[in-house]
Amino acid sequence: MTIDATIPPGKDKPTGSILNDPKVRGWIYQGITLLLLVLFVYWVTTNTIENLKRANIASGYGFLNGRAGFDVGQSLIAFTSDSTYGRALVVGFLNTILVAVTGIITATIIGFLVGIGRLSKNWLIAKLSMVYVEVFRNIPPLLVIFFWYSGVLAVLPQPRDSLALPLDMYINNRGLAFPRPVFDAGSQFIFYALVIGIIASIFFARYASKKQMETGKRLPVLWTVLGLVIGLPVLTYLLAGMPISFDVPIAGKFNLTGGSVVGPEFLSLFLALSFYTAAFIAEIVRAGIRGVSHGQTEAAHALGVRPGLTTRLVVVPQAMRIIIPPLTSQYLNLTKNSSLAIAIGYADLVAVGGTILNQTGQAVEIVSIWIIVYLTLSLSTSLFMNWFNAKMALVER
Amino acid sequence: MAKRILTALIGAAVMGIGAQAASATTLGDVKAKGFLQCGVNTGLTGFASPDASGNWSGFDVDYCKAIAAAIFGDATKVKYTPTSAKDRFPALQSGEVDVLARNTTWTINRDTALGFNFRAVNYYDGQGFMVRKSLNVKSALELSGAAVCVQTGTTTELNLADYFKANNLQYNPVVFEKLEEVNAAYDAGRCDVYTTDQSGLYSLRLTLAAPDDHIILPEIISKEPLGPAVRQGDDQWFDIVSWVHYALVGAEDFGITSANVEEMKKSTNPDIQRFLGVEADTKIGTDLGLDNDWAVKVIKAVGNYGEVFDRNIGTGSPLKIERGLNALWSKGGIQYAPPVR
Ligand SMILES: N[C@@H](CCC(=O)N[C@@H](CS)C(=O)NCC(=O)O)C(=O)O
Repeated sequence: MTIDATIPPGKDKPTGSILNDPKVRGWIYQGITLLLLVLFVYWVTTNTIENLKRANIASGYGFLNGRAGFDVGQSLIAFTSDSTYGRALVVGFLNTILVAVTGIITATIIGFLVGIGRLSKNWLIAKLSMVYVEVFRNIPPLLVIFFWYSGVLAVLPQPRDSLALPLDMYINNRGLAFPRPVFDAGSQFIFYALVIGIIASIFFARYASKKQMETGKRLPVLWTVLGLVIGLPVLTYLLAGMPISFDVPIAGKFNLTGGSVVGPEFLSLFLALSFYTAAFIAEIVRAGIRGVSHGQTEAAHALGVRPGLTTRLVVVPQAMRIIIPPLTSQYLNLTKNSSLAIAIGYADLVAVGGTILNQTGQAVEIVSIWIIVYLTLSLSTSLFMNWFNAKMALVER
Repeated sequence: MAKRILTALIGAAVMGIGAQAASATTLGDVKAKGFLQCGVNTGLTGFASPDASGNWSGFDVDYCKAIAAAIFGDATKVKYTPTSAKDRFPALQSGEVDVLARNTTWTINRDTALGFNFRAVNYYDGQGFMVRKSLNVKSALELSGAAVCVQTGTTTELNLADYFKANNLQYNPVVFEKLEEVNAAYDAGRCDVYTTDQSGLYSLRLTLAAPDDHIILPEIISKEPLGPAVRQGDDQWFDIVSWVHYALVGAEDFGITSANVEEMKKSTNPDIQRFLGVEADTKIGTDLGLDNDWAVKVIKAVGNYGEVFDRNIGTGSPLKIERGLNALWSKGGIQYAPPVR
């Protein structure tokens, strides 16, 4: 938290007092700022502690070990009302991560499609993409979420009239129910096979590209990878005596029972965040592609490279360097926007934290946890994207 | 997005910085401002709801008015702060509101760890369940497997967890922060069951698209003594808020109403004389920091407890709630006021 005082690159020696030395001054200003900041933080902290004491409000993080006493609708890990507040926060955190990660992936895919669509020579595709961007970019995200939530709830049938989908899946206004795999003894081998398949694929892909560099011969990478990643686990499954069974949803008195359910809260939040953020990503992608000089394409064509390959090997890698930095901030936005979950009852970190805040009255503690978690999430996303950016930047000649 | 965190942050900051400035007594503050800042709910017909022109009315609102009348002799000197179940406690803790009159259950946790004081119980309630008639459910014990809509930050969500656990029933909680959101979700069929204080259910049922399609199940699964709450550390203020309620109940006991209160001042009954502050050399109000005829002002403003009840939630209202436990102790209920002497 220091100010970045821009000091003019003064070569000439300072005349007169040392205080006129821009470097020394810079240090003094930074020192004063730091001191004020520390004093401010100290004042706020002691004041808060003092006032909490005066208001007879208990403080400290000990409450996290207490029994939660409430249930959470959606949880990736086992949670009951007997679990601790701390675990409830973990449940909320995982829910935040879940919707952020799935949202980021989907938003990126839609964003790239729409962004490229806007540059399409096909009039209809270009216009549709434009309408998409303009609509979603200009609606507040909360409205988009409500739109999906009430839309999803209004369109989907009541549990008694659930729509049956293939593979024993059902959809109704309580969400999408699908068979839950039950892993019996022996199923760990399938997992091992998957891991081996993935590692082998990576090595094969490296080997293939090296081979291509050296000899110009191309190996069937796609088929080999598919065989390793899908074929190997399937084979293991069969050899191990099919150790995975499925718990299928069946109609109960109120709702479907058994199986796993993805609730409408998650669905609508996920869809809303994806669609909303995709509009911004589309514009970033468009700008990135536009930012690559047309001469590059022409040069590639002159060398006889086919249009598809030109896009993939010439335009996109260069565009990525322009795209990644703003893309990062969209990812951060999506993650932070996921805290709007509370409006539709999705149990994210803010929603669960809010419940705990209310039941225990530990406002300062919960708010500090929120801040730390979102800060950490944002900083790690930034770090990762910076790393990725640096990696892409190396492509530059 | 970050707005919610920001609000909470500001709340926390206000607690850190703002409370510093508070003067010695809440009564002094209220008098200096010239109005009472009263925390109510965001709109629960019968308890607190604003009309089209922003005038609040309801059972809890009448308590705000009664306190203002006791202090200023003027029931209009109130400003209302609508609070969701979740926001209400920070609002009171931070000093944003002077008193919380918002169907809030008196629990040991709120009385201690949260730093509040409760004493007067203005409504003895209990938690109930509402379901669609078409489900053909007759008892809460048949609810296993149901999706249950509930508002967060309430005793409701805790009782719900305990009840289903104790009776070995499964359920899927659907939790919202705002009352409208719970209502909308229940109305849209997102849940099979709506649970909250039974008084709340009666009120909420009226706001549903087709009230007659829903029934309230007979089980009451908890004790919900609702009453006004204040911050700890100001006994005088705590006494005023408590005694306003006791004055309302006492007035009903004595048969004093908003219509006959002036008349009653002439009563020769020494209890009534003392109660209305007409006894010679009395200190019945000044000891509280109020005028001696504070009870008269309260009753003139809102009537006695029975009038407040009937007008807002009882027989004189669309809610038509029976007095039940909230009848006077002398009429089979448990509403009881300590003696004024
Ligand atoms: N008595 C319970 C529940 C009180 C409560 O908040 N009830 C809801 C549902 S009836 C309510 O009044 N909501 C109004 C609002 O959020 O504005 C408590 O104190 O925790």
